[in-house]
Amino acid sequence: MGATTGDPGEGLAVLDLHAYYGLSHVLQGVSLEVGVGETVALLGRNGAGKTTTMRAVMGLMPVRSGRVRLFGQDVTGRRPDQLQRSGVAFVPSGRRVFGSLTVLQNLELAARAGRRRSTRWTLDRVELLFPALPALRGRRAAFLSGGEQQMVKLACALLGEPRLLLLDEPTEGLAPTVVQEMGGWLAALRAEGLGMLLAEQNAVFALRLAQRCYVLEKGVIRAEQAADELLRSETGLRYLGVARNP
Amino acid sequence: MSWGVVAVALLTSLSTAASLFMVAAGLTLIFGAMRVINLAHGSLYMYGAFIAATIVGSATGDTFWYALALAPLAVVVLGTLLEVGLMRRVYRADHLVQLLATYGVLLILGDLALQFWGASPLSVSSPRVLSGSLAFQHFTFPAYELFLTGTGVLVGLALWFLLARTSLGWKVRASVEDAELLAVRGTNVKLLYTVVFAIGAFLAGLGGALITPLQGVDTGLGSSIIVAAFVVAVIGGLGSIAGAALGAGIIAVFQMAGALWLPAWEPTSLYVAMIVVLAIKPWGLLGVRDR
Ligand SMILES: Nc1ncnc2c1ncn2[C@@H]1O[C@H](COP(=O)(O)OP(=O)(O)OP(=O)(O)O)[C@@H](O)[C@H]1O
Ligand SMILES: [Mg+2]
Repeated sequence: MGATTGDPGEGLAVLDLHAYYGLSHVLQGVSLEVGVGETVALLGRNGAGKTTTMRAVMGLMPVRSGRVRLFGQDVTGRRPDQLQRSGVAFVPSGRRVFGSLTVLQNLELAARAGRRRSTRWTLDRVELLFPALPALRGRRAAFLSGGEQQMVKLACALLGEPRLLLLDEPTEGLAPTVVQEMGGWLAALRAEGLGMLLAEQNAVFALRLAQRCYVLEKGVIRAEQAADELLRSETGLRYLGVARNP
Repeated sequence: MSWGVVAVALLTSLSTAASLFMVAAGLTLIFGAMRVINLAHGSLYMYGAFIAATIVGSATGDTFWYALALAPLAVVVLGTLLEVGLMRRVYRADHLVQLLATYGVLLILGDLALQFWGASPLSVSSPRVLSGSLAFQHFTFPAYELFLTGTGVLVGLALWFLLARTSLGWKVRASVEDAELLAVRGTNVKLLYTVVFAIGAFLAGLGGALITPLQGVDTGLGSSIIVAAFVVAVIGGLGSIAGAALGAGIIAVFQMAGALWLPAWEPTSLYVAMIVVLAIKPWGLLGVRDR
C-alpha cells in the first residue's frame, strides 16, 4: 500500500465498481486508477475478476453501482463503441480476431470503425511496429498462429487511435520467445506515452512493464503497490503463484 | 415433352423463386447476424405487395415503376419501427420468446392489413413494357417472368457485393462472428443491427412488390411466404445468402417438375425438397453447425 498515484483526473478512474453475473456478485467494489501514459498491472488469481473489471469498464456488461471516469469525464454506462471513440482500446484475451476476414480486412475495419480525428496510428506506422504484419495482409485471420493473432489484435487496437489500452492476458498461451516479443511491443507502446492496464496471470511479465500494480481478490482490490516493490517481495509473488525469476 | 415446354415451366417457377429468394435472403441475413427467426418477415413481404398494389391502383397510367420504388422503402420504414420498437429487445431472449413475439407481430400486421385493404384480393397488371412475351423458336417466354428472374439474379449479386466488398458487409460478417469484438473496435452494433434489419425489410418489400403482377394480393400472402422462405433458408443453411439462392433454385426445379409431371404433388414439392436435403445435410447445403 501507499504507492504513488498517477494523475487520476486525467486518465482512467474506476470508483467502487459493482457488477454481477446473474446472481453472483463478481465485482464487489473495485477501485483503481491509471494515469495518462501510466502502465498499471492488474494481478490476481484465476477468477479474481480481472476480465470482468475490464469488461465492466468497457461497457460490455452492466454496472450495478459505482462510476467509471475517463479523461475527466464520467463514462459509466456508455456503449463500448462510444468508449472506443473516447480513446480506450480493449484487447480481449484469446484468439479474438475476425477469422473469416483477411488480416488486411481486420485492420481496415478497425481503422474505419474506430477512426477519430488524430491519425497517429496509420496502417504504415502500425506495420513499422510489427514488421511481420505486411506479409500476412492477405491471409485469413483464422489461419494465423497464436503470436500472429496477438500482433493483429494489438495492431487493430492501435488503429483505433487509443490513449489507453486495456490488455487482457496478452501473453496467454504464447511460446516464450513470443512472450518476449510481446514485452518488446508493449514497452514500445509505453514509450509512445500510451496508458496501459495490464491484466496478467504472468505477474513477472506484467510487473516488469508496469509502474504500479493492483492485486485483485474475489472482486475487491486487496493491495496497491509499486511494481518493483512487489517484484522484490517473496511473499507477494508467492501469493500470486509465481516463483521470482533470477 | 420438348425442352421448350420445360424451359417455359422452369422460367415460371424461377420467377416466383426469385421473389421467394429475396424474402428468404432477408430472413437468413437477419438470422445470421442477430440469431433471431422473424416470423413477421412474411408480413413485411405482404405489406410490400399491398402498398405496391395500392400505389398502382391509385392512379391511371403506368405507375408500376413508382410502386416498385416506393413500396420497398415504405416497408423499410415499417421494418425499422419494428426493429427499434420490438426486435432489439428480444435478440438476447430465448428463442421461444422471439417466436412468440414475432408471431404476435404477424397476427397484428395481418389484422391491420385486413382493416386497411379488406379481404378481397387486389390485382396488379404488369407494366406495359413487360406485358408481352418473347418468342424463341416456337415457344413464348412471358416478359415479366424473365424480368423478375433477372431481377432476382441482380439482387443476389448486389447482396454478394455488399457482403464481400463493402465495409458494411465486413461489419455484418464480423458481427456474426464476434459482435462484442466489433463493438470494442468502434462499431455501434445496435445501429448495425437496425441497418441489417432494414436491409432484410427492403428485400421482403421488394419481393412483395415484384410478385404483384403474378399473384393476387390478399392477407394470406404473409403466412404462405414465410413458410416457403423458411424452407428455402433452411435448405440453403440458415445464415447463408448463397444458400438461400441455391435453395430458391432447388425449390424452383422441384416445383417445375411437380407442375409438369406430378401436378397433385406440386404443393408438397417444397417439403419433399426440404426433407431430402436435410436428410443428407442436416445444417443445410451451405450452412455451418450452430455454435
Ligand atoms: N460468463 C460468465 N458467467 C458467469 N460467471 C462468470 C462468467 N465469466 C466469469 N464468471 C465468474 O466471474 C468471476 C470472475 O471472472 P473473471 O473472468 O473476471 O476472472 P479473471 O480474474 O479474469 O480470471 P482468469 O485469470 O481466469 O482470466 C469468476 O468467479 C468466474 O467464474
Ligand atoms: Mg480473465
